[in-house]
This record gives sequence, C-alpha cells and structure tokens, in this order.
Amino acid sequence: MSLLLWGPALLWGPASLTPVAAPADGGPGNPWFSWRYVHENADAIGTALRFHAGLTAQTVLLALVVAVPLAVVAYWIKPLTGPILALSGVLYTIPSLALLSLLAPLVGTTSTTSVLIALVMYALLVLVRNSLAGLTQVPPEVIDAATGMGYSRFGRLLRVELPLALPGILTGLRLATVSTVALVTVGSLIGQGGLGDLILGGFRNNFYKAEILTGTILCVGLALVLDLLLAGLGRALTPWARGRAA
Amino acid sequence: MSYFQEGITWLNDPLNWTNPGGLLDRLTEHLVISFWAVLLGCAVGWPIGIWLGHRGRGGATAVTVANLTLAIPTLALLTILPLTPLGFGKPPVVVALAVFAVPPLLANAVTGLRAIDPETREAARGMGLSGGQLLRQVELPLAVPYLAAGLRTAAVQVVATAALAALVNGGGLGQIISAGFGIGMSNGGGGQIVAGGLAVALLALLVEGLLALFQRLVTPPALRVRKRRRAAVTVGTP
Repeated sequence: MSLLLWGPALLWGPASLTPVAAPADGGPGNPWFSWRYVHENADAIGTALRFHAGLTAQTVLLALVVAVPLAVVAYWIKPLTGPILALSGVLYTIPSLALLSLLAPLVGTTSTTSVLIALVMYALLVLVRNSLAGLTQVPPEVIDAATGMGYSRFGRLLRVELPLALPGILTGLRLATVSTVALVTVGSLIGQGGLGDLILGGFRNNFYKAEILTGTILCVGLALVLDLLLAGLGRALTPWARGRAA
Repeated sequence: MSYFQEGITWLNDPLNWTNPGGLLDRLTEHLVISFWAVLLGCAVGWPIGIWLGHRGRGGATAVTVANLTLAIPTLALLTILPLTPLGFGKPPVVVALAVFAVPPLLANAVTGLRAIDPETREAARGMGLSGGQLLRQVELPLAVPYLAAGLRTAAVQVVATAALAALVNGGGLGQIISAGFGIGMSNGGGGQIVAGGLAVALLALLVEGLLALFQRLVTPPALRVRKRRRAAVTVGTP
C-alpha cells in the first residue's frame, strides 16, 4: 500500500513526498482490476475496443490486398525478389514511434490515417515476406505438371501456386494480425491508439491501474481471439494440410 | 517550409544537441537503457535456450510460449511495471524491454543447438566427451552464429522499442518526439517531431547494420552458406 502512494512521488523527485490524490473511486485502494470501473465506463471501453478491432481489420485487409500482388510480382520477376526482401527488411527495422512521428506531421497529428499508413506498412512487410516464402516453396515438379496440363500463367497462379502458397500466406496473416493489434497502441502518441489510449490514459490519470489492466487484457484477448479465428480459417481453407500437420 | 526541412533545421542547431535533455543526453540515456535491457534479456534467454537445446526436449514449447509475447503491447508493460515493486525510473523500462528481447534470444539459442548435425554430437560422445564438455567444446562454438543472430534481432528490437519509453516519461530518444508534440504543431513542434523520428530511425538502422557486421565476423566462413536457416524468430513488434 505504501508503495502505491510513494511511487508517484518518486517519479517527480524526492522533494515532493506528499502522496498524490487518491484515484478515481476515492476508496482506499487502486486495485489492479475493478468491475465497477468496467461497468461505469462500458461505453468508453466499448468504443476503444471497436476502434481497435476496426483499425486492425482495415490494416490487415489493406495490407493483404497490396501484399499478395506484390509478392506475385516479386515471384514472377526473379531479379526483384532480392531487392524487395532487402527493402522490406530495412523498412521493418524502422521503429514504429519514429515512423509515426515522421508521418503524423504530414498527414495530420490527430488523424487515424497516419496510424493506418504506418500499420499497413508493417503488416505489408510481414505479409509480402511470408507470401513470397509460400510461393517459392511450391515444388518445381508441381509447376511443371501444371504447365504440362496446359495451364496458362494466370490459371496456374490461381489454381495451383496460390492455393499451395496458402499456408505461408496464412502464417503471415496471423503474424501480421497479432503484431498489428499490439502496434495499434502506439497510436496513442497522437490519441488514436484504441485500447492503447486506455492504457496510456490510465497511466496519466494518476496511475489508475484498473484502466491500464482492462486495456491490456482486452488488447491481448483481441489478439488471441483474432489469431484463433485465422487459425480456424486456415484449417477450413487448407483441408489437404490437416493430415500432414498432425 | 515542409516539416522535413524544419526537422533538418532543428538537427542543424548545435544547441539542440548539447542542451540538457538535448539529443546527446537522450541518446546516452537510450543506449544505456537498451544495453541493460539486452544484457538482462541475454542473462535470461540464453541459459534457458541453451539448456533446452542441449536437452533436446521442450524447445518447441518454449519457443511457442516466447512467441506469445508478440501479443502483449510494449506500451502495456511500460505502463504496468512502474506500478509494481520495481518503482518508477529506469528499472521498469529496462525490464519491460528485456521481456521483448528474450523471445528472439531464446528461440535462436534453441534452434542453434538443435541445428547441429546429430552425427557431430555422436562423434563427440564417442570420443568420450561428457555432457558438459560436449556443450562447451562442441555445441556452443557451433551455435555461435545463431546466438549472434538472436542478439542482433533482440538488440535492434530493444533499441526500436526503447523509443516508446518516452510515452511514460522513461527517457530515451523518444522523449524528443513527445516533447515536440508537447510544443504543438503550430508552435514549431513539427520540426522537432520529425527530427526525433529521424534520430530514432537512424539509430535503429545503425545498430542493425553494425550487428549484421558483427554477426558476419563471428560466423566461421564454413558456416556462412547455411545462413538461410539463420533466425528462428525474425518478427517482433517494431
């Protein structure tokens, strides 16, 4: 208990040792979790959760629409494969906060678009890499057989190569989704972080633990639920892989 | 004038570098925090990874569990840990960053020890090496490239995410950015935000480049051809 009151004081230096005002409910504690908080702020929590999930869905869909054609281009034009992979590696190294702070002044410091662009970029990199890995793992004999059966380039791509690359694409999709859910929180730098706004808001609101932990739990929960959904989708889409995977 | 030019102008002002809380101060802070976080991550991730890899069982489970940390937002740990007995200041930031450094270190250590040719291991056994000797004289030297790959991934990720510490007043280069937002766009904060962003991005790229070089140096030429199987975990949260 004493730690709780002294913690904030330590942050602002030993000069101010008076305890900071008690958190919102005025009770004796600052519990890690409070149903009362969840109940009284259901609206705000719901809005943040919907925003978070919506932004994640937009990001992943946009990234998927761009990444798969890009991976196909890199797959068809072999000299482009190396550069595309190298460039995506370098871009992935750029910290999210740096990217956001380079984008936000240009796009708008309070607009969701800045966050969306940054998120799409990171998701894109994961997806391109995994889709390309999936495509290059298609056995050459299979491609030969498909060509021998008279498939055109597009027909072969749609009927043979993409379905066989599906496990790779789905792995990328799962990784991209989970990391996007975690990354959305960085958007709270400009107040567009969904559940991240709850986490940071709780921290700024006199270190209100219940708000921080509610945001965190929902964030991790959202990531796991989406991951399970995508895993299920993957199983449904690749019935031939089931026997082998087990 | 575009924000990018304002950022360059900001970087060209020597006072912005040498002021208390200026770029040099923040850079030192950033590097100190990152160093301790990576060290802590190594102290936890490597022994566990090496032990699991040496034993040959439980490795896959550990890697899966470690990868689950991908779902935890860095921001959450950065805000939660100061409220635990760790207290405020640098320790919680270091621990939070170390948590995200462990998965690549652990996974690569496991992969590195498992990737050794079983025949090599059997030959060493046949020559009469004990378990400890096998680990020290055969397995660890052969796993060095993987350990270096893990160190590189972990260090780059720590340097990148250390910028987020600024959101909870934890210091580091991110502080330049958040101070820029504090000034506000209309008062010329835009230049500082861009300058901070550039500094963080360049630092991450620099660390990545240097450690890639280091990784190449510690990899014996004979092992370089196999570098395609290098990293077990390449994805973190940037």
